[in-house]
Amino acid sequence: MVHKLMRVFLAVILMTLLAGTALAAGPLKAALIYDMGGKFDKSFNEAAYKGAEMFRKEFGDKYRDFEPTNETQYEQAIRRFASRGTDIIVVVGFSYQGVLEKMAPEFPDTKFVIIDSEVKQPNVLSIQFKEHEGSFLVGMIAAMKAKGDTVGFVGGMDVPLIRKFHLGYEEGVHYVKPNAKVLMNMTGTTPSAWADPIRAGELARGQMDRGAEVVYAAAGSSGNGVLQAAADAGRFSIGVDSNQNYLHPGSVLTSMVKRVDLAVFDALKSAREGHFKGGSLHLGLKEGGVDYALDEYNKDLITEEMKAKVDDAKAKIISGEIKVTDYFDIMDK
Amino acid sequence: MAAPKKLPVWVNAGLIPLINLMAAFAISAVVILAVGENPIEAAGHILYGAFGFGEGIGYTLYYATNFIFTGLAVAMAFHCFLFNIGGEGQAYIGGLGIGLVCLYMGNLPFWAILPLAVMGGALFGGLWALIPAYLQAKRGSHIVITTIMFNFIASSVMTFLLVDWLKKPGSQLPETRHFAEAAFMPKVHEMLASVGLDVARSPLNLSFLIALLCCLGVWIFIWRTRWGYEIRASGKNPKAAVYGGISPSKAIILSMCISGALAGLVGLNELMGVQHRVVVNFTNGYGFVGIAIALMGRNHPLGIIFASLLMGALYQGGAELAFEMPTLTSDMIWTIQGFVILFTGALEHMFRPQLERIFIKSDSEGEVYE
Repeated sequence: MVHKLMRVFLAVILMTLLAGTALAAGPLKAALIYDMGGKFDKSFNEAAYKGAEMFRKEFGDKYRDFEPTNETQYEQAIRRFASRGTDIIVVVGFSYQGVLEKMAPEFPDTKFVIIDSEVKQPNVLSIQFKEHEGSFLVGMIAAMKAKGDTVGFVGGMDVPLIRKFHLGYEEGVHYVKPNAKVLMNMTGTTPSAWADPIRAGELARGQMDRGAEVVYAAAGSSGNGVLQAAADAGRFSIGVDSNQNYLHPGSVLTSMVKRVDLAVFDALKSAREGHFKGGSLHLGLKEGGVDYALDEYNKDLITEEMKAKVDDAKAKIISGEIKVTDYFDIMDK
Repeated sequence: MAAPKKLPVWVNAGLIPLINLMAAFAISAVVILAVGENPIEAAGHILYGAFGFGEGIGYTLYYATNFIFTGLAVAMAFHCFLFNIGGEGQAYIGGLGIGLVCLYMGNLPFWAILPLAVMGGALFGGLWALIPAYLQAKRGSHIVITTIMFNFIASSVMTFLLVDWLKKPGSQLPETRHFAEAAFMPKVHEMLASVGLDVARSPLNLSFLIALLCCLGVWIFIWRTRWGYEIRASGKNPKAAVYGGISPSKAIILSMCISGALAGLVGLNELMGVQHRVVVNFTNGYGFVGIAIALMGRNHPLGIIFASLLMGALYQGGAELAFEMPTLTSDMIWTIQGFVILFTGALEHMFRPQLERIFIKSDSEGEVYE
C-alpha cells in the first residue's frame, strides 16, 4: 500500500517536472530524415522540407536534417538524433515503418512523426493521406477535359501506395465516363523509378500515341518527364504532391496536392507548444490533406462547369455519399 | 639479367595504392574547400566516424561484409576474363533464396538454418548467373549486356513477388513478414556479450566471418585447384586453353555460377543479419560497388578485404560526416567515394611510370655497382 502511494507520489512529481520543462522549453530541437528520393525532389520530400522551413521562419527554431543513402542509415540516423536529445524526429516516407516500430519504444521520451505509414506507439504520430480521394477528383477533371475516351497514368515505383493513386484516379475517370480507358504504366520497380524523368516521359509519349489526352503523373521527380512530354505534344498532364501547375502553364491541367508541408508544420508546431499527441491521422479532402490545385496557371483550362462538377463530387466524398475505394483495403483480398 | 625489372612488392601493393588514395583525398579536399568547409575537419570526421569508436568500427565492418561478397563475385568472374556486372541482381535473387529458407524453415534451430540459408543464397544467386553464363558460353551473347539486363529482370521479379505474393498481409510495404528469431544471424556484440565482453552495439554479425572464409575459399579455389587453373587459363587465352585440353565454355559457366553464388550471400548479412525480412531493393547498389572493389583489390582476396574496408569506412565515415557537417550533403559523400574509386581503380597506372623510373632505375644502378 505504502509502495503504491509512493509510486503515485513519484509519478505526480515526475509529471510536474515534465510539465515544467515543457512550459519552460527553449527552442525545439527538431530533426527531419528524408527517404532515399532525396531532399530536393520537387515533390514529396521537398514538401516536408518546406514544412520545416515554414516552421523555422515562424518560430526561429533551427532544425537538423539528414538524407540517408541506404536503409541501414535509417536506424543509425534515428538513433543518432534521438540519443543527442532531439525532441521530435520527423521521418519522411513509408519505408521507415519497420525501423520506427523498433526504435520508438527504445526512445520513449522522443516524439516521432512518420509520413505515409502507421506505427502504433504512444510517442509516434502517424500521418497518412487519402490520396485516393484527391486522385478521384483529378481523374474526373481528366475525363471531362478529354474529348475522346482515353486518359493515362504514369506511376513511379510499383508499390501499393502508387496503386492507391491509380485506383482512385481510375474511379474518378469512370465516374464521369464509365466506358473510358485508363492506360497505366509504372516507371520501374526500384527506388530509382522515383528519379527517372527520361523513362517516365517515354512512357507518357507511348500512352499519348495510344490516344491518351491527359496523363496523370504520380512518380516523384520522374513526373517532371511526364509533364514535359505532355507539354511538348500539346496535350495535358496532371502533377502530384506539390502544386506543379506553374511548371508548364497551359499544359498542366491541375495537380493532386498532398499537404505534407502543412502536416510537418503542424506536427512541429504542436510539439513546440507542448500539446503534441501520438496517434494516427488520416488526412483526406475533409481535412484539407489532399485536394486538386486551382490557381492562375490553370484557371483557363478548367471551365466553370468542370469546377462545379468536381466541387460537387468533393462535397459528396466529404459527406460520404461517394465512396472512393482505398487500395490498402482491398489489396490483401 | 635482361629480364624486365618488376617493382618491389611493397611499392606495388603498398605505395601505389597509398599515393592514389592520397591523390583522391587531395582532389576531394579541393571540392570541400570549394563549398566552404574545412577539409581537415571533414577528414577527421570520416576517420573518427569509421574507426574512432566501437559502434563506428562495427558499421564499417558491416558494410565491408557486403563489399567482400560482391567484390569476390566480380573477381571470380574476372579471373575467367568475364565482366560480371550482374552482381546486383544475383545478390537480390540470392536474397530470395535466403529469405525463403528463413521464412519457411524458421522452426529449425539456427545451426540448421545457417547452412541451408547459405546453400539457398548460393543456389539462387548461382542459378541466376547460370543463364547469362550459358548464353555466353554456348551462344556468344556478351556477358556484360546479359548480366546488366538480368539486373533489371531480377528487380522486376522481386518487386512482383514482394508486392503480389510474399508481402505481409495488411502492410503496404513491399516486404515479407519477419523471420523467426532462430533465423537471425547472431550480432557480434551479442556473441561477445555472452562471453562477458562488452562491445558497442552495431549491425556487425557472424556473416563477416563467413565473408572472410569465402576469401580464403576463393584464394584456394583460384590458385590451388585444377578448376581455378582452368578458369585462369581460359581467361588468359581461350585458344591456348583448348590446346591444353580445357573447355573454355565449362570454365565460363563454372566461374559465373560461383560468382553468382558469392554475390548471392549478401543476403546473409543484409537480411539475416539486419533486416530480418526480405525487403525491396535491399542490395542497394552493393553489387555495383563490388566492381569497384574488385578493381581496387586487383582481383585478389586480400586486396578485396582491404578495398572493402576502405569502402566500408567511406560509407560509415561519410554518414558521420553528413551528420556533423550538414553542408556536406550525401551527394558530396558520393563525390568523395567516386574520386576514391576513380583514382585507386581506374587510374591505377597514373603514377606507375614515374615510380617505375625511380625504383627500377635505382635498383639496376645498384646492380651495376655490385
